This record gives sequence, C-alpha cells and structure tokens, in this order.
Amino acid sequence: MAKLHVSTTINGEPVEFLCEPSDTMLDALRGPLGLTGSKEGCASGDCGACSITLDDRLVCSCLMLAVEAEGHALQTIEGMAHGDKLHPLQQKFLEMAALQCGICTSGMLVASDALLRKNSKPSEEEVRFWLAGNLCRCTGYDKIVRAVMETADEMREAAQ
Amino acid sequence: MTELRYLAPATLDEAVKAFASAGSAGRILAGGTDLLVQMRSGAVKPGVIVDIKKITEMTAIEPTADGGFRIGAAVPGAVLAEHPHFGKAWPGLLEAINLIGSTQVQGRASAGGNLCNGSPAGDSVPALVAAGAIATLQGPNGRREMKVEDVPAGPGRTNLLPGEILVSFTLPPRPKGSSDAYLRMIPRTEMDIAVVGVGVNLTLKDGVCTAARVGLGAVAPTVLLVEAAAKALIGSKLDDAALKAAASACSAACRPIDDKRGTIVYRTRVAGVLLKRTALIAARRAAGN
Repeated sequence: MAKLHVSTTINGEPVEFLCEPSDTMLDALRGPLGLTGSKEGCASGDCGACSITLDDRLVCSCLMLAVEAEGHALQTIEGMAHGDKLHPLQQKFLEMAALQCGICTSGMLVASDALLRKNSKPSEEEVRFWLAGNLCRCTGYDKIVRAVMETADEMREAAQ
Repeated sequence: MTELRYLAPATLDEAVKAFASAGSAGRILAGGTDLLVQMRSGAVKPGVIVDIKKITEMTAIEPTADGGFRIGAAVPGAVLAEHPHFGKAWPGLLEAINLIGSTQVQGRASAGGNLCNGSPAGDSVPALVAAGAIATLQGPNGRREMKVEDVPAGPGRTNLLPGEILVSFTLPPRPKGSSDAYLRMIPRTEMDIAVVGVGVNLTLKDGVCTAARVGLGAVAPTVLLVEAAAKALIGSKLDDAALKAAASACSAACRPIDDKRGTIVYRTRVAGVLLKRTALIAARRAAGN
C-alpha cells in the first residue's frame, strides 16, 4: 500500500512528508523529517523525552500517529531557539547545569516551555507535577525544577 | 502481515460504517494513549484505525437543555480542565479524569477511551459512575443509551456491541448543595495506577445527605456502583456512624485480586478508608454550593 501524504506545520514552517499508517509522529520526526532533537526513551508515553506540542498542547510524539499531524501545527525542540539565540529556558538549563546526559533535556525544555506559557508563576509543586511525565535518571530533578523556576522569575521581570 | 488502514471520517455515520465493516480488526482512535502502547507492544494488531477526533460531536463540551453537561467521548482531560464551568459543577469527576497519566497524556487522553479500555482501575470510571453519567452509543442499529456502570464487562472488555462507538457522556443537572470527589490510593504521588479508587457524588440539604452515589474502582473485575454505601449515607449528616456503615458497605462490595499493586486484604480495607475521606471532601464542597 502506498505511503500516506501528510501536510502539516512544524515550528511555523509548512512541511509535507510521507509515512506509513502505523508510524508515530516521533518516527516521522526522527526519520523523514530529520528532526532528531525529540528523543525516544520508552516509546510508551511514560518518559516524556519525545515531548512536542500539537496545536500548543503538550503531547508525547510517540503516542501520536504521524498521519494525525495533517492540518495541525507542531512545535519541537528545534523551534525553541531563535537562530543562535537560546530560549531563556535553554540558557538557564546550561547555567544551572540542569542536564547531564541530555536525553531527557529536549523533552524537559518543551514541557517547561508549555508550562510557562500557561502559568508564568508556577509554584515548585506545580513545576514538579507538570514535569511528572518527564523522567530524568541523572539530575535528581532538583536542578531542573530550580532552573524552570528561575527562568519563570526572570521572564516575568523581563516582561515588566 | 495485513496492511493497516487509517481513516478519519468527519461524520459519525461514516465512522460507524467503517468501524462495523472492519469487524474485529477495527480499533477506535481517540487520544491513542492506550491504543498506541498496545500496538507497540504487539498486544493488538489493528487492520483499520478509525480516528474519531474529526467528528464535532465527539470533541464537544456542551450544556444540555436541563442544565447538565454533554461531554464528547474524545475530549482530552486537559481540554476539560480548561472549561470555565465544568470543574465547578463536577470537581470530583474532573480530578479523576485529570489523574490519568502525565501532562502529556492529559493533552490527548479522554474519559471515553478510559472507559472503553475496560481497565477495572481506570480513574475516570468510578467518578463517572458516581456522577450517574449516561453513555450515548451509536452503532449499525442506531443510537442507544447505557448507564456508565453497565459499560464495562470485565478487564479489557465492554458491553458495546460490534460496530458500536461511544459518542458522549451526559451528566445530569446539579441540584443545589451537590458536589463530588474522587480519591485513589497509589503508593507514590503521581503517575501511577489505582490500587483502589473511590468516587462519591452527593447532595446535602441543611447538612443532611439527601442523595448519594458511590463508584468503586480497582477492587473487582469491573468498576462497581455501591448502592449499599450510598444508602448508608443518605438521610445522615455524614456522622461517624453513617461513614462507618458506608465504609463497611464498600469493603463488603470488594472482590479484588492479589497483585503487585496490593493484596486482597489491603484493597478491601483501603476501600472503606477512602470512602470516608472521599465522602467528606464531597460534603465539604457541597456545603459551599
């Protein structure tokens, strides 16, 4: 059977690709689309390393069929920085060493960005619950949570 | 190997037709948070996937004429959480739905999928049962309604007929002094499967419970409506004696299994403890309504 043709928008750019009906969005991103920033950790929706947004809503790209992207708008980690200018979350993760091996990092960043867009002043508890679906086996989470909260503080100050 | 076909019909009639003609090879795709995991593990190998999210009725949240709500079966938990009125009327049902999985899973997973997945431990189901939610089904022979507690048939099985699709849930209007709550026992703080789950929905008038429904999950092959527990609450001021009687009724209704999450003895006991706590939360909320 012929592959399916999908027209979608990724990081603001119109994109077309071909996929099998059973391909996940993560398969398509990492395969034909060459966007390998989203990682495959568990492939069952538990680890969050493949986090993207679908019409501004945080989802696991491993739990979405590639063909479901038709007509929707996706954001991946590749769309987070503006050229060489890192997003404040990316900058803060570097400054505060909120990553070690890096496998979870793109998912952490995409998920944290989705949180700060919804809630510019999250409590520590809110950050921890929001990121409960993003697993990290290196940092022990504290550095990540602190980096997200400091970024939120700085982004609020910058917005004033 | 058979080829997988993906269909995303815009109408329910087309979806029913496609799903019915696919027979046992057909699978409904709502949020996909169970289906894609099952496909990946090889537990299911669908020949046809019918994506129902392009059908307006299945993704809508609407008030009903009598003051209740109609929730499309494919509405994701995160969307329901953002509705301006739903969580005020049904805080317990909302918290139950929002307990399913992570933020990412909430972006996709629906109460309809949670019910049709047929897990005895699905978090939304005891709260739907307590709410008195009615499921609307559509199949090759037309539309019918079924009480939510009648939908599960056993672990992984439902009483939907071949070709039938769960379309929506209808929630009744809220009399003054009504509210609900859901609690589940898990050994950690989030991202886990219920060892026991209890949903309580009640109405208070001058401090006296005038109506109650209790849904109990993860302690039997299907989620249970525990009428004896509701009876123990109705007519009382939710005093210790009434709560104790309702808790005993919940424990008596349990027919659990021993597994890695909990033993029979533990689940049976926790069902009673959770009933008391859940009823008091629902009562506190109801007192403010």
